[in-house]
Amino acid sequence: MNFIFNHKHEVATLTAEHLWLVGISMLLAIAIGVPLGILLTRRPRWKAIILGSTNVVQTIPSLALFGLLLPLPWLGARADRLAIVALALYALLPIVRNTYVGIAGINAPVREAAVAMGLTSSQLLWKVELPLGLPVMLSGIRVAIVITIGVATIAAAIGAGGLGEFIFRGIAMVDNGVILAGAIPAALMALVADLSLSGVEKLLVRHRS
Amino acid sequence: MSQNSEPVIEFADTGLRLADGKTLLSGLNLAVDRGETLMLLGRSGSGKTTTLKLINRLLTATSGEVRVEGQSVTNWEPTKLRRGIGYAIQDVGLFPHYTVFENVALVPKLQQWQREKVEARVREMLALVGLPYDEYASRYPSELSGGQRQRVGLARALAAEPPILLMDEPFGALDPITRAELQMEFKRLQERLGKTIVFVTHDVGEALLLGSRIALMERGRLHGVYRPQEFLRSDDAKVKAYVDVFRAGQQILQ
Repeated sequence: MNFIFNHKHEVATLTAEHLWLVGISMLLAIAIGVPLGILLTRRPRWKAIILGSTNVVQTIPSLALFGLLLPLPWLGARADRLAIVALALYALLPIVRNTYVGIAGINAPVREAAVAMGLTSSQLLWKVELPLGLPVMLSGIRVAIVITIGVATIAAAIGAGGLGEFIFRGIAMVDNGVILAGAIPAALMALVADLSLSGVEKLLVRHRS
Repeated sequence: MSQNSEPVIEFADTGLRLADGKTLLSGLNLAVDRGETLMLLGRSGSGKTTTLKLINRLLTATSGEVRVEGQSVTNWEPTKLRRGIGYAIQDVGLFPHYTVFENVALVPKLQQWQREKVEARVREMLALVGLPYDEYASRYPSELSGGQRQRVGLARALAAEPPILLMDEPFGALDPITRAELQMEFKRLQERLGKTIVFVTHDVGEALLLGSRIALMERGRLHGVYRPQEFLRSDDAKVKAYVDVFRAGQQILQ
């Protein structure tokens, strides 16, 4: 623990880097994943191929995915850029899947009543489907964030920075104190994200028994 | 919409056949007149709900035609067609994330009514279905009983002043006392509102009580259309079977 207190500034810098990697990749994953999930509710035939391919991405070991993307022209040029894309790809599956499940799982009479009332397709989406699907979508995003915070530690292996720096350094130095300086803030970050988002989910489902 | 004497809703040799070859409805010829309440009576799977959903185009006919206000439903813009047709179903389908007020106000708001007009309308509709505004407007559907939800569903269906009302066993899931209560209230409402109503039921008593005419459906076909008195006196074997069940039920009560 002494190491953490003696290196407060470095811990803070790497934590900030870690947050940045996770934050940007999550924004990217949400920006792609939510529309993809909505698309699946409109074109169910694409479900197998889209969910299948996001699933395949998740099965690739993270270190291997970073390595595989490395030779790509624009992407491999900067480590943080590559890390963000790889992390976003990882986060995609829970977000796409839960967006789809959240919307497809809406009580059939509710949807039927909405259509019969003359809601247009976009009114149906914004007034009914997104608000009602939101709790399930959020739990997908929560899972994605927790995964991403963990996987992002590996981004240090390709020089993208973040709390993984401490972990890899600690392993090389055989020094648990240094490993913990990376592991503890990362674990705390995951816990805080998990608890706060599940709190939001609970608030949202108040009236929906 | 026009106010002449031509039928409000008209089925012309209408049929619906699914992609897997199953026929839900065939050769339906039926006209619904302005201001009447037509009951679609039949067993499960007889095509009553299918017939109803063809009117607001939740389903689209695969043969023949359905006309609303003289115009084929396929020529109507779907949202415009549906906003002129109220729809109340057994499961109600209230929006669980909206309060009673927001549920009833949704379509008027979408039609850009002014705020004061929307509020006045919601007050009027809730009063009409017997739910005091101050007590119920801010509640969520999960805080209502089954009968109250059905009342809100009816208020919502009527909110945008549709000339046509479609109802699919709206009282089917209620306990017998609440059901009888709502049926009587609905009967009073009918006279005040003067809407053209198509009402699906499998309950002969309900059909006789609420209908100006009864269309008996059998296996995706229309068996016949009867006024309630004709229905009770008919010699037709199928109609008699329904009437006998109804009378047997009444005798047990007496």
